[in-house]
Amino acid sequence: MDWRRFGLILLIIIVLFGAVVLVGYTRSSPIIIITSMLATTIAVATPLTLGALSGIYCERAGVVNIGIEGMMLFAAFFGWLAAIYMFHLFGFEKWPSIIIGVIAAILSGGLMGLLHAVLSVTYKVDQIIGGTVINVLAVGLTGFLNRQLFFGSGSAFGGDVPNSPGTLVTLHFPLREIFNPICGASADCIEIVRAINTVLDQKPIAISAILLVFITHYVLFYTRWGLRTRSVGEHPKAADTVGINVYKMRYANVIIGGMMAGLAGAYFTIESVSSFEPLLTNGRGFISLAAMIFGNWTPIGAWTAALVFGASQALNINMQLFREIIPPQWAFLRQSYVVGLVPYILTMIILTGVIGRTTPPAADGVPYEK
Amino acid sequence: MQAETRSGSSLKDFLRSALDALLIPFLAILTAIILGAIIIAWVKGNPFLAYYGLIQGSFGSARALSETAVWATPYIFAGLAVALAFKGGLFNIGAEGQLAVGAVLSALIGYALPEWLGFNIPSIIHLPLAVIVGAVGGAFWASIVGFLKAYTGGHEVINTIMMNYIALNTTSFLLNGVMKDRDPNNVIARTPLIADSARIPEIFEGLRIHWGFVFALLVAYLVWWMLNKTTLGFEIRTVGANPDAAKYAGVNVKRTIILTMALSGMLAGLAGSIEVTGLNYRHELGFSIGYGFDAIAIALLGKSHPLGVVLASILFAAMRNGATRMQFLTQMPVDLISMLQALILLFVAADAIVRYIYRIKTQGERVVLTRGWGG
Repeated sequence: MDWRRFGLILLIIIVLFGAVVLVGYTRSSPIIIITSMLATTIAVATPLTLGALSGIYCERAGVVNIGIEGMMLFAAFFGWLAAIYMFHLFGFEKWPSIIIGVIAAILSGGLMGLLHAVLSVTYKVDQIIGGTVINVLAVGLTGFLNRQLFFGSGSAFGGDVPNSPGTLVTLHFPLREIFNPICGASADCIEIVRAINTVLDQKPIAISAILLVFITHYVLFYTRWGLRTRSVGEHPKAADTVGINVYKMRYANVIIGGMMAGLAGAYFTIESVSSFEPLLTNGRGFISLAAMIFGNWTPIGAWTAALVFGASQALNINMQLFREIIPPQWAFLRQSYVVGLVPYILTMIILTGVIGRTTPPAADGVPYEK
Repeated sequence: MQAETRSGSSLKDFLRSALDALLIPFLAILTAIILGAIIIAWVKGNPFLAYYGLIQGSFGSARALSETAVWATPYIFAGLAVALAFKGGLFNIGAEGQLAVGAVLSALIGYALPEWLGFNIPSIIHLPLAVIVGAVGGAFWASIVGFLKAYTGGHEVINTIMMNYIALNTTSFLLNGVMKDRDPNNVIARTPLIADSARIPEIFEGLRIHWGFVFALLVAYLVWWMLNKTTLGFEIRTVGANPDAAKYAGVNVKRTIILTMALSGMLAGLAGSIEVTGLNYRHELGFSIGYGFDAIAIALLGKSHPLGVVLASILFAAMRNGATRMQFLTQMPVDLISMLQALILLFVAADAIVRYIYRIKTQGERVVLTRGWGG
């Protein structure tokens, strides 16, 4: 990640945050607005971060994965479904059901990864088409099963969507407990500590996404596995010559990538909200890909790009909070459709390469023929 | 599908090549239908009754046939849009957005132009104008992506999807705001009805099939003619097959990429225009959703050949149209169709699987779209 790129990211985030502060400063103090924006940014960047990691695993091994969107949708549905089945039909307690739901999401993501690997590695289907197949299949299958399992004849739930066991809870970071004694009687100090604490208090998948960014960075660049993965993505013939099994490495990495997308899916239906609706991923799988490209196929770079997209989404969410006090000459900002355009336009600008060229792995998208 | 069968090759060869081209899609559909039947049985439905309903609902009566043609019309245009882009080596996932732009603009010309001018325009001017403006809108929307691809290398797959969301947000903004139907009883995000002079007439009294279907068939022929008989078509196909070779042969690759996207967007825009002027007489929010992916499936199923696209469109239209009857007979949700179509797409795209299942040895041409993200 070069400095120009980092500077641009910082600039965009400052502009986005500044916009909300400008609109809302009459109602809340800037520090509260900024910390709440930060907290939202980190939370909503979670699926984008995980999606980008999914892309990185696949593409570093030489397989383009445009099916992240579909993998997320698929996993979001099956994770949610597993949690409901465990809770309502198999009589599990609340927390075991939720955890099984998360595991089911990860596994179904991995299953989609396996499908993508079969298509693109074994059958050498054009990888863009293979990914599109996954996207279309996910829309069709989740839409059908969602309708059929709950409203169809012979539904185990009798024509009603039962309540899911719930969402994952926010983990409290004990910052207040540590700093409040130090602050003593100073009300400002307590206020600031409390504000920072709202940023750090995140839900489990959001936290694991950040951990996975650094784990992936380590795995890719400091382990034998990572070296092999990258060599398979850069020059499979050479890798094959020195005895690395190209197919095996590609299979493994695409499945891992699928599991990352699966965890992102769990974010939608188990962490963020506890319900499923068709098409709920809303293009975020594709935005993940843009984050991956912007981050030049590095985990940390992709994460910072995901934060930019998160910030532009947080902009939309927070703008809606201040809807009524937006001055009349800026009335169009009250429409979420208008502010909602920001992430999409940002993606397109980033892809033009105004911030310098990015280089994909050399063998990205090329099926390997022995 | 090999279109060139010169006098040198015998009739037997021609039949053989036609059979080869049709064999894989046919087996793909068959495999999807069998898998679909297993899934229907798994969710405790009756697969035979479901498929019977599907066929009865789509081809069983004059009305059913008319409705199938009505469904097929936008599919043909959108499928041609994706197929044309495929020929040029581009993957247009943005048919949905281009279609929405075409529909919005045609609706605008359809209902607002007489108001602006203050008098009624004859149909012979109004209708073509509405359709052309929609088509040009779609062409413009897609050519932005073509321009970005040609000059910055921004990948068209992501950009067309982003343009879909931008189109969706923008049309939501317009249809909930300035273009919303002012009828006090209206709560839906939709435009007012277009003037009579901007409507495509029906072919038969009492059936909804309109001349737009015939127009779609004509356009399919024109696309085939353009691709195979004109210099532009040759350039598009050359760039699609090998951009480097095209460059050395003196083809302006950048211009061709932009033109291919523009033509593709024009066809998708026509899908929206014809739907507004021929069927709905207004644009309603959400109508365009799903057409983009259906169009991709249709283009792949039709092997990017205009005739194949027409046949695949009729198949998909029949499935959508028959779904209501199927639901009535078996209580299977209409979403079953999306899944069946996804399975068909899976087996068409991964024809190696179908070849493996049915032990077919012939090796067809392979579509190559993935050339990395740099463009």
